[in-house]
Amino acid sequence: MLTYTIRRLLLAIPTLLFISFVIFAVIKLSPSDPTANLPLTIPPEVREKIRESLGFNEPFIVQFFLWLKQLVVTEPKVWMNNAFGTEFEIGQRMISYQTRSPVLDLIVQRIPQTLWVVGTSYVVGVLIAVPIGIISAYKQYSVFDQIGTFIAMIGFSVPTFFTGVLMILFFSVNLGWFPSIYDTTHVVEDWSSFLFQVKQMIMPTMVLALFNAAQISRYMRSSMLDNLTQDYVRTARAKGLTEKTVVLVHVLRNSMIPVVTVIALNLPSVFGGALITEQVFQVNGLGQLLILAIQGGDVPTVQTVTVIFAVLIVLFNLIADVLYGVLDPRIRYD
Amino acid sequence: MDGAKYISTVNHPIEEPIEDKAVLDVRNLETVFRTQDGDVHAVNDVSFSLRPGELLGIVGESGSGKSVTMMSLLKLLAMPPAEIVGGSVNFGGQDLLSLSLKDLRAIRGGDIGFIFQDPMTSLNPVFTVGYQLMEPLRTHLGMDKKAARQRAVELLELVGIPSASERLRDFPHQFSGGMRQRVMIAIALACDPKVLIADEPTTALDVTVQAQIIEIIKDLRQKLGMAIVWITHDLGVVAGIADRVAVMYGGQIVEYADVDRLYEDPRHPYTKALLQTLPSHGDERDERLVSIPGQAPNLKGPLKACPFAPRCSSVFDKCWTANPPSFDVSINQKSACWLEESNG
Repeated sequence: MLTYTIRRLLLAIPTLLFISFVIFAVIKLSPSDPTANLPLTIPPEVREKIRESLGFNEPFIVQFFLWLKQLVVTEPKVWMNNAFGTEFEIGQRMISYQTRSPVLDLIVQRIPQTLWVVGTSYVVGVLIAVPIGIISAYKQYSVFDQIGTFIAMIGFSVPTFFTGVLMILFFSVNLGWFPSIYDTTHVVEDWSSFLFQVKQMIMPTMVLALFNAAQISRYMRSSMLDNLTQDYVRTARAKGLTEKTVVLVHVLRNSMIPVVTVIALNLPSVFGGALITEQVFQVNGLGQLLILAIQGGDVPTVQTVTVIFAVLIVLFNLIADVLYGVLDPRIRYD
Repeated sequence: MDGAKYISTVNHPIEEPIEDKAVLDVRNLETVFRTQDGDVHAVNDVSFSLRPGELLGIVGESGSGKSVTMMSLLKLLAMPPAEIVGGSVNFGGQDLLSLSLKDLRAIRGGDIGFIFQDPMTSLNPVFTVGYQLMEPLRTHLGMDKKAARQRAVELLELVGIPSASERLRDFPHQFSGGMRQRVMIAIALACDPKVLIADEPTTALDVTVQAQIIEIIKDLRQKLGMAIVWITHDLGVVAGIADRVAVMYGGQIVEYADVDRLYEDPRHPYTKALLQTLPSHGDERDERLVSIPGQAPNLKGPLKACPFAPRCSSVFDKCWTANPPSFDVSINQKSACWLEESNG
């Protein structure tokens, strides 16, 4: 398993290089000027100087490798200097066209908000979906199952930007229970500020959780149904085991194999889905950063955030495969 | 019937009263599947009893209700759609059908062991063989991990699995079909059951492995002395191991006799037809294999005529008017056929 993981990690390097090159090429193909957003009073010669200083006039390939060098050489050095007090020589850091601050610093600032909202919503989604899937399958066609199916259909088919706005209208405007805008400057220091944090997280989290839970509960249900009719379930009952043991140990363990894969594979796409939810609730996370960067023609930021998403996808693919091997003894990679 | 009890110990009547120490006594069992197209009467008025240490063979075609009968005893069928509508199952002085599910669980895998047809799918693929074998030990006998492990090794050795203690850590897919069926037998025998129900234990195995499994069960029966119900559609297997045989057709027992009687003097036309289909070693090669014409009956709705009538060679008017009850041919043979009415 370890050698398999290492081999896969090494194989991920050329994959990611290729992905980042394609992303870079796509962004470069769209015409954009880093100085376009600057005040009109800046004379053209100065603009040209600015472009030059940003490396914008270098050939395409050189720009790509410059970016790559900054990401994999310069930025780790900065991180080492900060973390361990080493004193590496640092060249030009990767600078955002828009804000003139290092891109990686921006990303590091934004990640906690995204992780809080996306991470919590995913955990909540899975925690809701798995029991619903189990009960729906065990009591197939019951009232519970019908309601679960109906809600899953709604959660799956209604986009988050619609449910998000609907929730704001209902809970913020009409009822006034929760704030409609996520305040990222809010600091949790005591009980009441913690309550406020929970309050402002509820809506974005629930919007995303509904969407995730809808999907995962369906996978869980069908996987349970597949396994409940298997012969080994009858064997387990014939051994005199309780229904709880039969369903939650024997059937669940088998049913989790495909579901865990789906959970792991879906996680990166949730970051993508959070793009829109972050916009709706004004959460200044990674998604919002990406959208603002696209609007401002901020090539390094767009490139880096997109590549981070690519890294997540590759990584969670690997995690899914490894988990598959852990859960299913019939699958061995070595 | 009253005098029959005292005739001899070898020549016992096939239906003894409950007080006569039958370990398992099934009376008038009826199971119905409630489907959208109507009720399917899968088990109709089935009665049999099992003495300690006895091996009862149950034979019949696919769909004759053999497995459903045995599953009904321990309520192992999915309910709904299945429903046990009548009868009683006396086991150790209590009626299994009226027990609570909790009490029934203590009997499943504890006093009554079950072996299923397909060893490839009957074991859980994600748990080790040791775990699955230790489960009934820990559930029923309350053993701790160490004691259960020790007993599990003994059990695997009992069913002839070499290097048992290492193999406990293996998963089912690391065993061959025959070895997996041995594991299933070990699981069924884990808690020293009084009754072992083997539902076509050799059907999914090839002939040489089949012979090994039969030998193991024969051997274990002698060592452990439990009563066995052996479900099969192989009359040859039954002839070699059973004490008594129940032939099932259309969800009911059509003939019930000591094994020797059944093969020497079969009375029900279905049994006769079945025995004729057996290929024999002495036959010329060019002779075609015999089959019973027609198909197994459709069991929708209660039986209003003999279910075998459409395929029967000795059919006469009465067969179409009512389903025959079981007639006593002799003290150790019963046949549900109108031809035996005068004997009953």
